[in-house]
Amino acid sequence: MLQLNNIHKTFYPNTPDERRALNDVSQCLNPGDFVTIIGSNGAGKSTLLNMLAGTLYPDEGDVWIDGKNVTAMPEEKRAKFIGRVFQNPLMGTAPGMTIEENMMISLGRTKRRSIISGVTKKTRDRFREHLSTLEIGLEDRLNSKVGLLSGGERQALSLLMATFTEPKILLLDEHTAALDPSKESLIINLTKDLVEKHKLTTVMVTHQMEQAIELGNRLWMMDEGNVIFEADENKKKDLTVPDLLNEFEKVRGRRMANDRALLAK
Amino acid sequence: MVGALYGAVESGLIYAIMALGVYISFRILDFPDLTVDGSFVTGGAVSSVMIVNGTNPFIATLAGAFAGLLAGVLTGLLHTKGNINPLLAGILMMIALYSVNLRLMGQPNIPMLNETTLFTTLSSWWQSMNLDGLLLIPFEWFGIADYAPRTFYVIVSMIVIVYLVKKLLDFFLRTEAGITLRATGDNQSMVRSFSTNTNLYIVAGMGLSNALVGLSGALVVQFNGFADVNLGVGMIIIGLASVIIGEVLFGKDKIVRMTLAVILGSIVYRAIYSLALRVEFLEASDMKLITALIVASALVIPNWLDKTNAKRQFKKSKKAALKQKGAVQHASAK
Repeated sequence: MLQLNNIHKTFYPNTPDERRALNDVSQCLNPGDFVTIIGSNGAGKSTLLNMLAGTLYPDEGDVWIDGKNVTAMPEEKRAKFIGRVFQNPLMGTAPGMTIEENMMISLGRTKRRSIISGVTKKTRDRFREHLSTLEIGLEDRLNSKVGLLSGGERQALSLLMATFTEPKILLLDEHTAALDPSKESLIINLTKDLVEKHKLTTVMVTHQMEQAIELGNRLWMMDEGNVIFEADENKKKDLTVPDLLNEFEKVRGRRMANDRALLAK
Repeated sequence: MVGALYGAVESGLIYAIMALGVYISFRILDFPDLTVDGSFVTGGAVSSVMIVNGTNPFIATLAGAFAGLLAGVLTGLLHTKGNINPLLAGILMMIALYSVNLRLMGQPNIPMLNETTLFTTLSSWWQSMNLDGLLLIPFEWFGIADYAPRTFYVIVSMIVIVYLVKKLLDFFLRTEAGITLRATGDNQSMVRSFSTNTNLYIVAGMGLSNALVGLSGALVVQFNGFADVNLGVGMIIIGLASVIIGEVLFGKDKIVRMTLAVILGSIVYRAIYSLALRVEFLEASDMKLITALIVASALVIPNWLDKTNAKRQFKKSKKAALKQKGAVQHASAK
């Protein structure tokens, strides 16, 4: 479903600020795989995600999605089959528009946008049905401005909008990092449910080791622009946080320098 | 006095179409577009040249709108493809259009007094139907026939035209494409992440906005009976004034309500304008200053009111808290 071949990316090459963000990354995901990516700041997690989304292009190597080489495909074309949820809950929705209109925009991913018809009763019912699965009462507030929702509600809506049109790949970029713990568990549960329901191939970046272990069937640990440890389905079942820290030390010969990852419970 | 107010309603309705264009760029796309000063004249120039050359005034008017559309598309392209800051892109187009307009017109001023314009055509239709007599009846009933306008045809035909433009715009802004256009101004990166070429929407939105501006320019020159290359100076501020006055006085969240507010704002602006002209020590040349003052105060006063209200609320609740505390202390002292 998703294949990365020898991806290299260097920021500010040939300057004193030169930074190797990705160094020969080759990975592959099967349909329905859910991989969680952990790693310290600057490990290249976000760069990798942006590479998949098309906001950044690799210096070398190529990206294949569903048997198609999409390396040079611009972001908005690729977004036809990629769903994304951002870290900032404000980024995934349009605040000045209603819930219904926001849903309409995400529906537009799958087809040409019409200049004749707006939100019909049929699509409205469909939205309501999908919104009710969130179980936070948004289905009764179709005409409320999204800017009036709380951060958690907005993120839940973003998640729904990214998934209900069943994209080939779902990218989650630390999508719970800006939420308080109770909202965080809500979003994590929703993520689980929605990914399962639509059988989405998912790539999730997180800072929290427990989250990374709990969710998904695969795990990649990244450092200095490469995947330094990976766990498949069997290995991941028995994985614990100390295991991960040990693995990091074993590979790198140093402790993982990331307070957020260590302290996160 | 009353006559001046009828005039205000008439020109308010004509300029309302321009204000709707400014609403699209300024509010919906969040693109402060100075092209308006140029594209307004371009619309007028194209239609006046065509009318002087004997084209059907309906076609000439539409051609004016189309010329505005082209100007808007160019501004949009300068911004999206050329990566030029929106304000600067608009200024560049405005300056460029000044020369283009002079070239189009061939002279700084085109009189159309003896030509067949949209308004002379409408007027002759109107006379042939003799509707003025009908509309005068209610005025006569109340014995205020002296205050009736000389003819109703401008107001009635402009209400019809503005109503059509508003209806079409309301309809479009609620279609899938319209929703996407609005969202592009609201959260562009989100719209792009749902597989939308936002540049296309910005360019199309700017085209639509300036098409309305061009249409309004074409109507204004025909209404005035002449086209002038300096007609557009300060037009963007007049548009902003209408949008902001409309929002402050009549605005609501709904699109249908917002477009209506912009139209009413344009009429109110013209009413203020004509009243200001009647103040003795003011001259016509002071109008730009007055417009700037209207816009500035329409922007500042609501903020200022909000703040003083919040302060008052704060003081009130503090007083109430103190009172309560005092009561508690009093009780405990007892």
